[in-house]
Amino acid sequence: VSNLNKSDSKIGNLLFCLTKSQNFCRNEYNITGLCNRSSCPLANSQYATIREEKGQCFLYMKVIERAAFPAKMWEKVKLSKNYEKALEQIDENLIYWPRFIRHKCKQRFTKITQYLIRMRKLVLKRQRKLVPLSRKVERREKRKEEKALIAAQLDNAIEKELLERLKQGTYGDIYNFPVHAFDRALEQQDEESEEEEEDEEEEEEDDEDVGKSEFVAEDEVEESDLSDFEEMNKLRTSSDEEEQESSEEEEEEEMEVETKASKSKGKSPANGSAARKKRAYVEIEYEQETEPTPKSRAT
Amino acid sequence: MWSVEGGTEEFQPEQEEKMEKSEQAAAAFPPSFSVSEIKNKQRRHLMFMKFKQEKRKQKLQLKKKKKKEREALGDKAPPKEVPKTIENQRVYDETTVNPEDEEVAFDEGTDEFCSYFNGLTNPKVLITTSDRPRGRTVRFCEQLATVIPNAYVYYRRGLALKRVVPQCIARNFTYVMVVNEDRKVPNGLVLCHLPDGPTAHFKVSSVRLRKEMKRRGKEPTEHSPEVILNNFSTRLGHSIGRLFAALFPQDPQFVGRQVATFHNQRDFIFFRFHRYIFKNEKKVGIQELGPRFTLKLRSLQKGTFDSKFGEYEWVLKVSLSAVTVFFKMQEELCCLI
Repeated sequence: VSNLNKSDSKIGNLLFCLTKSQNFCRNEYNITGLCNRSSCPLANSQYATIREEKGQCFLYMKVIERAAFPAKMWEKVKLSKNYEKALEQIDENLIYWPRFIRHKCKQRFTKITQYLIRMRKLVLKRQRKLVPLSRKVERREKRKEEKALIAAQLDNAIEKELLERLKQGTYGDIYNFPVHAFDRALEQQDEESEEEEEDEEEEEEDDEDVGKSEFVAEDEVEESDLSDFEEMNKLRTSSDEEEQESSEEEEEEEMEVETKASKSKGKSPANGSAARKKRAYVEIEYEQETEPTPKSRAT
Repeated sequence: MWSVEGGTEEFQPEQEEKMEKSEQAAAAFPPSFSVSEIKNKQRRHLMFMKFKQEKRKQKLQLKKKKKKEREALGDKAPPKEVPKTIENQRVYDETTVNPEDEEVAFDEGTDEFCSYFNGLTNPKVLITTSDRPRGRTVRFCEQLATVIPNAYVYYRRGLALKRVVPQCIARNFTYVMVVNEDRKVPNGLVLCHLPDGPTAHFKVSSVRLRKEMKRRGKEPTEHSPEVILNNFSTRLGHSIGRLFAALFPQDPQFVGRQVATFHNQRDFIFFRFHRYIFKNEKKVGIQELGPRFTLKLRSLQKGTFDSKFGEYEWVLKVSLSAVTVFFKMQEELCCLI
């Protein structure tokens, strides 16, 4: 390596450095960071480095004349903040120095300025602040949450609230549950001459809904069927509408499953399915082009 | 040798039992013998098991006795005792809102939500995440957008929230929702009401996406859901409740039969999204669609999001020591309920 002085070469190439660790030199004045014979500040009597302190870059130089004065060994030169001017300064100070050191000094200086710029930019951007979680607190909160969930009884609370809203009438006319509507529907059904209407159903209608709901619940609990349920519902409502038309205008007989014109939507599919199970024959629906019913059925 | 040792071992439990019986007989002085003083682990375990069995037997006997007495008395029996729960034992919180309170009504008439509750503005929600969201968070945001009508999901590409907020105001958004993510899972929510409204910061836990729910139905439709707010009874709870209510449009479409529930229990707010159907006037069936998650309020700030200079109305205080937690539970557990 060409920057070796004659006196240095006597030290030899092996075992010259004690700060070596895996090809990296831990000496602060090292210019490349690698542990080589040519970049070791201890092994070379003429050496130069760039170091920065608090955003300011300095050029450090060591010459053989001061080798006897360790306190004054390194000469420190402050470099200008302007990049080009600083490079010129480096050239000026290291004139007649070996090419290798000059080149490496400039490289190091470039790298340092680049990382200083990046640091300044990062400060302006959003800084992510990590907030530590306490494990104890997390564990406690998890347990509290579970207990609160059990205490909350969400399904019951929601159902209760919905039923209350129904009672208070916030839903208006959409659902026709009140009892006098049932009686009216019964009268309408009696008018119709349907054979398919089974007496059982009528009797159950006359009874309180409680008896009915057991029947219904049996069919309805499988919520996996609920998706079919939606379609059935549509079928139901369409058939209901048709039926209403027929009952109101009494034009055509429709052989249909279901009867209760103003029943809840939940009931009818179940009853429909029950009725369907009992019947053997095909149902034919006659559709009449009549004026649409004024009632708006909720779908 | 063996026989001698066997003998001594046999003696000791007998001795201890005798001691125990003598202690029980002389009930005057407190039992100085407890199971925990036995040094031998196996024997200690044995004694403890015996002790437990005894206790259980006694409890059963007591129960039987009480039942007999109850039956014997018939109608005259005293009413059944109600077990103590946290909800029963809670000390009355002065900040509970009385529904007829005029001051509260006046406050609510003039606060940041008044324009919404008077029907003047419609909610428009912007949902976004923290930087570089992972799949779960993205899906969660999408599902939230289906649940909340008029919600838009935007990618946050490293923008600062302070800059996002004025842009949103300019585009007439009423809410900004930022889902914070940690380790690929959503864990925080910042809900900011826009024209300088309050900002609430929640901790999010137990997020279940739609596909993880059992027996869920079809996708939520476009109808505006109804909103149920349970147990928001204190002043703070009231303001948080209004914060949630203003997310949804004022007129729910009952045709859609969808309901979004925010249920507050012991300071945890459980969010559920259901579809309901009335089977008759006494029974309703609900089916859970939609994501579910729980929130815990961490802080409520007066203006829009400003972590440094904001004025905090309420901040959650966490105490590490178990003693203070215990006492706090005894006195006044919750601030929201």
